Amino acid sequence: MVRFYAAAFVLLLLIAGCSNGKDDSLHIGVIAELTGDIPAVGASCKNAAEMAVKTVNDTGGIDIGGKKYILKLQVEDSAGRAEQAASAAQKLVTRDKVIAIIGPNASSGAIPASEIAETAKVPMISPWSTNPKTTLDPRTGKQKTYVFRACYMDSFQGRVLAAFAMGELKAKKAAVLYDVASEVLKGQAEVFKKTFEEKGGTITGFETYTTGNKDFTVQMTKIKNGSPELIFLPTYYSDVPLQVQQARRFGITEPILGSDAWGSHDLLDLCGKDCDGSFFSSHFSANSTSPRVKKFVDDYKALYGSIPDDVAALTYDSLGLLFEAMKRAGTPTPEAIKNAVQKITGFQGVTGTITFHEGSGDPDKSVVILQIKDGEFKWFTDVKP
Amino acid sequence: MAYISQQLLNMLQLGSIYAVIALGYTMVYGVLSLINFAHGDLFMIGAFLCFIATAKLHLPFVVVIVVAAIGTAAIGVAVERLAYRPLRDAPKVSAIITALGVGVFIENFTLALSPYPRHVPSVLPNVCWNFNGLTVSSIQAVIVVLSVLLMAALDFIVRKTRFGTAMRALEWDMKTLPLMGVPVNTIIALTFAIGAGFGGAAGTMYAMSFPVIDPYMGIMIGWKAFIAAVVGGIGNIRGAMLGGYILGAVETVAAVALPSTYRDVIAFTLLLILLIFRPNGILGVPKTLKV
Repeated sequence: MVRFYAAAFVLLLLIAGCSNGKDDSLHIGVIAELTGDIPAVGASCKNAAEMAVKTVNDTGGIDIGGKKYILKLQVEDSAGRAEQAASAAQKLVTRDKVIAIIGPNASSGAIPASEIAETAKVPMISPWSTNPKTTLDPRTGKQKTYVFRACYMDSFQGRVLAAFAMGELKAKKAAVLYDVASEVLKGQAEVFKKTFEEKGGTITGFETYTTGNKDFTVQMTKIKNGSPELIFLPTYYSDVPLQVQQARRFGITEPILGSDAWGSHDLLDLCGKDCDGSFFSSHFSANSTSPRVKKFVDDYKALYGSIPDDVAALTYDSLGLLFEAMKRAGTPTPEAIKNAVQKITGFQGVTGTITFHEGSGDPDKSVVILQIKDGEFKWFTDVKP
Repeated sequence: MAYISQQLLNMLQLGSIYAVIALGYTMVYGVLSLINFAHGDLFMIGAFLCFIATAKLHLPFVVVIVVAAIGTAAIGVAVERLAYRPLRDAPKVSAIITALGVGVFIENFTLALSPYPRHVPSVLPNVCWNFNGLTVSSIQAVIVVLSVLLMAALDFIVRKTRFGTAMRALEWDMKTLPLMGVPVNTIIALTFAIGAGFGGAAGTMYAMSFPVIDPYMGIMIGWKAFIAAVVGGIGNIRGAMLGGYILGAVETVAAVALPSTYRDVIAFTLLLILLIFRPNGILGVPKTLKV
């Protein structure tokens, strides 16, 4: 009996394996952090990707070289882990034969996945990965040719935040607490420290922890002892509330600055009143007045009942870039699509105007600074490169 | 001065939580010589029960902690009945693998139900007292005092009650005990109930102090509490309490004296060195195998 089930199972796998890719449809792979430490990021990515694809399919599919193709999404879970992101990418390129990959969002997953995309010659656009290594090959020091991102990079973000802290917030002494287990956050913390010190500021504390820690009392006590005028917390939205609450509990009342890792609406529920008044850098502002953003926010709200966060917006733009490239490519092959993405200039997305330069996967765009006020993310200022 | 006493207080809070969780490891090891690797996840279940009791049912703190402890105890007993009892005569390694499996099951089950981090509303009044620069929050005070009370109660149960005597006898000789008319299964189930209940209570206290919880929260803290139990001498109840406070102290001192990145490295190196000199832990005695 066991043997019968085993045979039936294998047969089923074979049938499932054969039914792929015989019609006029194109498969797009999405790698999202559906479970793990940052599930809200994965959920936003999946929602926005499904919405973008639905919009195209509702008009009868995408027109490439005079032929309409229906798009199919294949969503894989990276669980926010590097090895699972790599195996998801492998699965998408070998089993599903996707023509492009969107994601992973976290750089820890995007870096290993990008290696696979580059080797397999399948274009990959990471919506949210801000680490330079995603698009840069550390061994050769050259740009990867098939890997793109829809967001700006860590180094740029760290510099802009340090300038903002000293300029707008007038801080001369700052303390930093970050998660060493995350490459992105470590990068942001280091660039911030470097820029802040170069501009004549003092870093009174440079504290760390590893993912999963919830007790920051020791670090906060050390930070308080250095009496900084500002605290920079490049940490993920799920850790932020604990850190802010513990800081406030120790009587630290100085302003708190965060990075794009804060940008999930779950932060507002998790943090409550404690985060009020804090600033963070973002990719997208949902209360922008531009009609393009308004339409995106309204459509997203109608479908999922919530306001899109920056991951949703960047995923939407990543797919927008991909569709634009597919239309220009003329033929639906990964190579033609890659070449077309490289030539995109002045793409009007919901996260701003995106321009790519030949030979680089990193776009030019602006940083949005948001403030948390009355339980909402409010636009504060735009910082252009 | 205020800085040092503040760090001492942080140390006491961390140590109390480690100690209460370490008790669960040590009690189960005492009666079954089984390392219950699922214990850290039972702690996580305690925190999630606390979330349900506070955020959904709006119960007061005393009721919350009782509900979480009893709920976790029930799950602990169920785990013992379904996963460990059928393997009681199997080789030890099978039981340990089962324990790891149960842990992964509990994590992923919770993950399937609720993958998002949850915010636990505070049901304790959050007051901060300031003594000359030293800030003590009511939550910290409750955690430290409650942990000490719980441990004192357990120490009393183990040393002075019939159940405690039976538990200690079970540790001594599991084969002869049934011949004396002691209901071994009941005693083991009760041990699991108390161990898991303590894990649930610790989960509640932890969730009160650090109010963002997620299904993976039990892994690291479970490992640390396990190490605390080993350092104190696994199987020894007072040893687990001591081990918890030692680990809390070492971690805090390491983070204060050195960049906080080295916190775990230093803490665990010191513990390894300690184990080289006292392989049975501080209060542990070597077990002689009777043939």
